[in-house]
Amino acid sequence: MSDGWIIKNLRAVKGRAYPRVVGAQREPSWVFFEVLLPLFTVAAYAYVYQFMDARQELIGYVVLGGAMTAFWLNVLWSMAAQFYWEKEIGNLQLYMIAPISRMSILAGMALGGMFSTTVNAASTLVIGALIFNIAFHVVDPVMLIAIFMVTMVALYGMGMMFASLYMLFGREAYHMSNLLTEPVYLASGFYFPVKYLGVFAAAGASFIPITLGLDALRQLFFTSGAGDAFLSLELELGLLLGLCALFMVLAHYSLRYMEYLGKATGRLTLRWQ
Amino acid sequence: MEAAVETKSLSRVFEPKKKKEGKSVTALDSVDLRIEGGELFGLLGPNGAGKTTLLKILSTLLLPTSGKAYVAGLDVESQFSAIRQKINMVSGGEISGYGLLTVKENLWMFSQFYGIKSKVALQRIDEMLKDFGLSEKKDAKVRTLSTGERQKMNVIRGFITDPDIIFLDEPTLGLDVNASRVIRSYMIDWLKDHPTKTVVLTTHYMVEADELCDRIAIIDNGRILACDTPERLKKMVKMNTTLSMDVTRLKDAAVLGSFSGVENFTFTEDGDKGLTRLRFVMRDESGVSDIISAVLSQGSRIESLQKTEPTLEDVFIKMVGKGLE
Ligand SMILES: Nc1ncnc2c1ncn2[C@@H]1O[C@H](COP(=O)(O)OP(=O)(O)OP(=O)(O)O)[C@@H](O)[C@H]1O
Ligand SMILES: [Mg+2]
Repeated sequence: MSDGWIIKNLRAVKGRAYPRVVGAQREPSWVFFEVLLPLFTVAAYAYVYQFMDARQELIGYVVLGGAMTAFWLNVLWSMAAQFYWEKEIGNLQLYMIAPISRMSILAGMALGGMFSTTVNAASTLVIGALIFNIAFHVVDPVMLIAIFMVTMVALYGMGMMFASLYMLFGREAYHMSNLLTEPVYLASGFYFPVKYLGVFAAAGASFIPITLGLDALRQLFFTSGAGDAFLSLELELGLLLGLCALFMVLAHYSLRYMEYLGKATGRLTLRWQ
Repeated sequence: MEAAVETKSLSRVFEPKKKKEGKSVTALDSVDLRIEGGELFGLLGPNGAGKTTLLKILSTLLLPTSGKAYVAGLDVESQFSAIRQKINMVSGGEISGYGLLTVKENLWMFSQFYGIKSKVALQRIDEMLKDFGLSEKKDAKVRTLSTGERQKMNVIRGFITDPDIIFLDEPTLGLDVNASRVIRSYMIDWLKDHPTKTVVLTTHYMVEADELCDRIAIIDNGRILACDTPERLKKMVKMNTTLSMDVTRLKDAAVLGSFSGVENFTFTEDGDKGLTRLRFVMRDESGVSDIISAVLSQGSRIESLQKTEPTLEDVFIKMVGKGLE
């Protein structure tokens, strides 16, 4: 077998992405959780805003945020926490002994997850827009795609870094994921412009890539977005690129260190495997 | 030639999570082992002996606490990436893979983690499913498989990447005679076709170890108690051989007890059939032919003859102090 290292790792990415993509088709119940469930939260916020006679864009922000929760949940539960489940069923040790980079396995998970989640998020966005009569004004589709892509890479990069921690977690993995779900909805401004949290809180929350991503998407989808923006689009794009690099590097080293730690303490596998 | 596996005073100690809770466990205690390329090597030991721990260290999933372990001449601590190119591993009762994928898809997925070209992988999958009698389950969802079918799939997963050394942790655990036989004969054929490759397996089943393995290490409490071919292990236990004979028309049974090597002699008359049942417990087998000629010289006929030799189980009980089942 004379194929180079890159080709082999690309095959590994494809291999791990595959069950994610076909899984989404074979488990229709996922659609319920990823498309319809966010709509309930969206509806709750939308009715509050309507009741208060708030600006129509605010409801638009809520629909956008609701759609983007699918990615956050996917990163948290199906990316970061994934290694915990994989350890339970014995896949983790098979990933570990495979002669490829663990990043490729995670990248496969990420790509597969991103694909099916994008389909779901787009559905949420469209259904939400129809129900609540939201008008989008996209002026710069190139920037929109760029921001979306960079946000995704940074977000899933962060997921990879968390995955390395979950590799050694036991049951506390649950608590960790729960702990990260709700507070992030607040901190990252899923349902309101993050700028209103105040500069310091917003700056802190910006380490979670979805914060800046959402802020930029609001600016790109709605004319009022600029007035509600935390930072300029260009700056946000730059910062997001920085986060991509940061999380990729952190994920690489953290995975290496956690693997070493797992091998040293015997926690990489379950005792009976 | 370089050994497939070599360990030098290999030890592994597990520390309790919190210092106060319990003591540390020594799972492996100064293990020295050398497994040659081409061998089908068995690790036989009771629960908790350290078999899985040893396989985990050799398959780069666990670090030694002290001592050294080499796989294909490479150090498990510093050269694990290179080792991973050459090995694979399967555990009995494994539930790996994804239940909503089909058998073929699962095997393909795992082959991708070894960077195997899809076309090559799919062809190998077809061939191996046939070898294991699993072809008709090719498109079945993994979650619908029976234990035996699932384990066959796991074993295929291990061999499909064409490793130089494969580690199998109780590969036939809980399988019926048929499924076990399919897996065992695959291993034997595989080694026949690839004489330099190596299989290292752990097992609870004496018969499996005895019939299958070129050499066996008996392991208990983290120590290797003995390591040799099944034949030589059986010779090591200085066990008495029992010789049982049914003979007709014997005139004088009592004289037969005086031959050399006989430790104990009893006989019973079966009047109905006109038979005498003789039972000799022999220190060694030097006197067997004398006994037989003495019986024949009395004009008797031997109706049945049975010699019982020590089994691997006897070896095991003698070494470990208890049986396995
Ligand atoms: N990760 C771990 N943490 C703490 N102790 C462990 C760990 N793994 C194994 N042990 C202990 O080490 C000893 C050896 O375990 P091991 O799994 O190697 O035995 P085994 O020979 O494979 O047994 P079995 O036949 O039951 O599979 C046992 O006492 C076990 O409890
Ligand atoms: Mg075991």
